[in-house]
Amino acid sequence: MASTDQGVSSPGRARIEARTLREDRWWVQPLVTFVVFSGFVVFATFRAFMGRDYYAEPYLSPFYSPCLGDCVEGASDFGQPFGWWPLSAALIILVFPLGFRMTCYYYRKAYYRAFWLSPPACGVAEPHQAYSGETRFPLILQNVHRWFWYAAVLVGLVLTYDVVLAFRPMPAEYAVGDGETSGVHMGLGTLLMLLNVAFIWLYTLSCHSCRHIVGGRLRHFSKHPVRYKLWTWVSRLNESHGTWAWYSLFSVAIVDFYVFLLATGTIQDVRFF
Amino acid sequence: MAYDLKMRVWRGDADGGELTDYSVEVSEGEVVLDALHRLQATQTGDLAIRWNCKAGKCGSCSAEINGRPRLMCMTRLSDFDPADTITVTPMRTFPVIRDLVTDVSFNYEKARQLPYAELGPRDADGKRRMMQVDVERGQEFRKCIECYLCQDVCHVVRDHEDNKQHFAGPRFFIRYAELDMHPLDTHDRRQLAQGAAGLGMCNITKCCTEVCPEGIHITDNGIIPMKERVVDRKYDPLVWLGNKIGIRNKDNDGRTEV
Amino acid sequence: MTGNEMSPEAAGGMERHAYDVVVIGAGGAGLRAAIAAHDAGARVAVVCKSLLGKAHTVMAEGGIAAAMGNRWPEDNWEVHYRDTMRGGKMMNHWRMAQLHAQQAPERVLELEDWGALFDRTEDGLISQRDFGGHKYARLAHVGDRTGLEMIRTLQQRTVQLGIDVHMECTITEVLKDADGQGRVAGAFGYWRETGRFVTFEAPSVILATGGIGKSYKVTSNSWEYTGDGHALALRAGASLINMEFVQFHPTGMVWPPSVKGLLVTESVRGDGGILKNSEGKRFMFDYIPDFFKAETADTEEEADRWYDDKLNNRRPPELLPRDEVARAINSEIKAGRGSPHGGIYLDIASRRDADYIRKRLPSMYHQFKELADVDITAEPMEIGPTCHYVMGGVEVDPDTQESAVPGLYAVGECSGGMHGSNRLGGNSLGDLLVFGKLAGEAATSYATGLGGARPQVAETDVKAAQASALAPFEVEGGENPYSIQSDLQQSMNDLVGIIRTAGELEQSLVEIERLKQRAGAMTVEGHRQYNPGWHLSIDLRNMLIVSESIARAALAREESRGGHTRDDFPTTDHEVWGRKNLIVSLDAAGTGVELAEKPLPEMPDELKKYFEES
Repeated sequence: MASTDQGVSSPGRARIEARTLREDRWWVQPLVTFVVFSGFVVFATFRAFMGRDYYAEPYLSPFYSPCLGDCVEGASDFGQPFGWWPLSAALIILVFPLGFRMTCYYYRKAYYRAFWLSPPACGVAEPHQAYSGETRFPLILQNVHRWFWYAAVLVGLVLTYDVVLAFRPMPAEYAVGDGETSGVHMGLGTLLMLLNVAFIWLYTLSCHSCRHIVGGRLRHFSKHPVRYKLWTWVSRLNESHGTWAWYSLFSVAIVDFYVFLLATGTIQDVRFF
Repeated sequence: MAYDLKMRVWRGDADGGELTDYSVEVSEGEVVLDALHRLQATQTGDLAIRWNCKAGKCGSCSAEINGRPRLMCMTRLSDFDPADTITVTPMRTFPVIRDLVTDVSFNYEKARQLPYAELGPRDADGKRRMMQVDVERGQEFRKCIECYLCQDVCHVVRDHEDNKQHFAGPRFFIRYAELDMHPLDTHDRRQLAQGAAGLGMCNITKCCTEVCPEGIHITDNGIIPMKERVVDRKYDPLVWLGNKIGIRNKDNDGRTEV
Repeated sequence: MTGNEMSPEAAGGMERHAYDVVVIGAGGAGLRAAIAAHDAGARVAVVCKSLLGKAHTVMAEGGIAAAMGNRWPEDNWEVHYRDTMRGGKMMNHWRMAQLHAQQAPERVLELEDWGALFDRTEDGLISQRDFGGHKYARLAHVGDRTGLEMIRTLQQRTVQLGIDVHMECTITEVLKDADGQGRVAGAFGYWRETGRFVTFEAPSVILATGGIGKSYKVTSNSWEYTGDGHALALRAGASLINMEFVQFHPTGMVWPPSVKGLLVTESVRGDGGILKNSEGKRFMFDYIPDFFKAETADTEEEADRWYDDKLNNRRPPELLPRDEVARAINSEIKAGRGSPHGGIYLDIASRRDADYIRKRLPSMYHQFKELADVDITAEPMEIGPTCHYVMGGVEVDPDTQESAVPGLYAVGECSGGMHGSNRLGGNSLGDLLVFGKLAGEAATSYATGLGGARPQVAETDVKAAQASALAPFEVEGGENPYSIQSDLQQSMNDLVGIIRTAGELEQSLVEIERLKQRAGAMTVEGHRQYNPGWHLSIDLRNMLIVSESIARAALAREESRGGHTRDDFPTTDHEVWGRKNLIVSLDAAGTGVELAEKPLPEMPDELKKYFEES
């Protein structure tokens, strides 16, 4: 609670004791965000540090892709340049998607509200005495979002490749019916990975920095018809950037958890063909 | 269908005041401002309200209704249960003058510090040419009716009086964006936006967009693109490198930094 | 001083400011006049009742009429001039109409120089749209919020130039010189916020206060439209012209009651909307007057073709001048063919696709959705006539806008003559810009020409103005101003409305007399700080004197023309009434008004030729 001569109680302003007069359940949204994000962070940290059960042929957990450390057989499609890395291979790569999300304009809004309470909701006083926004270290680093976007595009490409691999023909022991016939495989894991990569792309391409780079930075759309077209597409996606952020957050966790269940032998993959 | 509406209205001035209970007859299709006008005409002739057009076009009757920044003329009573009490207070970010009227001169002072449009010469026939797609982004921002609800709700100044000095606020960030996107303008104000206007203070929590009665996408179309433009100017090594080796974005050429 | 003043710090004594030019009103006309005065080298201040940027100009929707020829190269000032004169039923001051038509294009381009973003044609020029009474698509526009664009552009220019703006300050008297020469010496008023008084000393005062619509119950005008400039001019010794002509806009909202009268832009019709009665009939074809027969389509097919091919088809009757359409709607409603809420239907939903409507008429879409729960892309609007504009105003010199009082100028809606008996849509915004500039320049040149010999304010006048403003606080147990205002609005609506008769007009004068008595004894509660009851009590005096002016002039003019329709004199009388204006001035006692007739200024022969062929 702010002291009495701060913020909405500053001298000269209308004297009203309550820090908000909102009567709706304004606290629901930040609370849900807080719970879900915290849950994800706990889950992701746990899984990232585990360093095992991230590969169940042909599925690779997105937390570990590309697997550049000392990874299990079959998981490293791009070699093991960091084979000397003593810790979990996830930690090598996770910094990029994590950085992308941490500096994302949508996530910033969500966690500033839910974790920082700055502000918890519109028209609800925040508890902090001082505020300098994103003008100082470390928050001034939010301006590097664009760099993480470049990296996120690369990660997106790798995850897309992983989905292609998830259609790989399977060894005979996994065969349905009369052994491996089609040369193509699809299981529930493939489907989940496909959905995941779709959400990842929707999230990545709807990014505000992407919108700026493809065309938003121009002053004359009329002189750049192709970039204008791209900008209008990205703009349309951008309207739901927050939605894609949530969907892709869930989908990443679900794929990882599914791979975990397969890798630990808890369940069997549901095989379509 | 007429009924008696229970209202709590903040009455007072800079020295103090309180929420006062009233009951006033209202009827179908009315808005909060109608109820207050009836109150004024029948019970409290000196209730101070600032209003003009009563059509959501002038942006004068800004206040907070049940704690939410709203235009009183665009808040319909049918959005509330007839049994509910509606609480109306002045905007809580600006100094109060009397009752529901606040001193919004903060915004007029900020407006004076703002840069202005500086266009090049006209075409040979005395006219100017701009394509519709090039003016549309700016037109969205020029829909602004200057109700200052975005300024009111913005926690940067709402919760921190001392920030008022260094922060122009959402209303003026979209003015910066409008000028920066103007196809014929000749000034580059990105440094100003970041420095003097305090763009970096904004943590894009989007309350300005939430309360905008004109539905302007203040954050997504104004503030964030402006932040990205500042990144172009200050934080993007690729752009810096491009400038160094002579690969430049021709579309932004020829502007003078102010 | 920030230059954008609300009330100053409280301090003892009378606050005084000295300027070369003081502009009263911060709408389009006032701001344009202030900019012109500033550019001409004057020390200028704008004084306005509301905050800067809130003036009624923001309500203008359709556009600014200016013959730029961007859509139709055939268009030029001569065509615009002819349209304006014919729209005003030849009652316009020919010189004002000419100046307006000639200068409007440059005034629009100037706005663009200052940062306005108009909608564009395919070639990148300023787009122009169709409107009632204009032969060619001529209105420079920004969606349906052109007035907002204009006020914001002028406001930003004003601030950029560092012009002083005194906001929420009401002027109650124009002060004249102490030596009795009848020249303007300044203006007296009060800060709405604190209730403290202020005197502006200035040899030039420009009235730019807008209209009088708040004297009517159903109006598209805001509370500010209390005829302040009209009344200030009368009391200062100037005269009003054409006060009988009041424009009722054909399309105002009729439902819900709280927004009754709110404007529905003419652009709805300009962009293809049509009027239907409760039987579903497109009735405007039954109301085409002889005067406009030659240029109006008489079949629906031709009318519909016109939108795309203006050269080979005549315009739809929905786009007749506003007076004709308002009367037609009034007749349909009276004949029992109205809609459930007492209006008729304006339908664009069945004529244009939803995207087009949302793009061209965003404010209307928003307005109906938010305030009436009506989706105009799916269903027709219910609309009816609403008091919109007064053609009458201060009688001024067309080239300088100076009134009969030296140093007193009037521009925009509060000046008279430009629009004759009926204003064409789109001509008001052009009017503000063109005459605002002329007045600002003339007022500066007058002030500069005086040198050191400036008129001095008489202290006795200041004292008298103070006493007069405070009078309502002195009365004990009198009547509340709100009820007097509401009775005035009702009686003006009922007795001096669209259709008038001698009996009703006489009755209205009796009513007004009675209301004046009641106003003399009204009382306000509370103190002077931001007290709307007190503010109304002061504005009410202006409303009463202006209402009386309208009623008296309307009773005298025994014909029907433009914004003045007499049931007992239904025809237009070109021979007698077509040749004279009615002039209103304050009577000897200073409590009422008197009428005089004046011959219409003679149009020079080179302009007469535009009207010969029809």
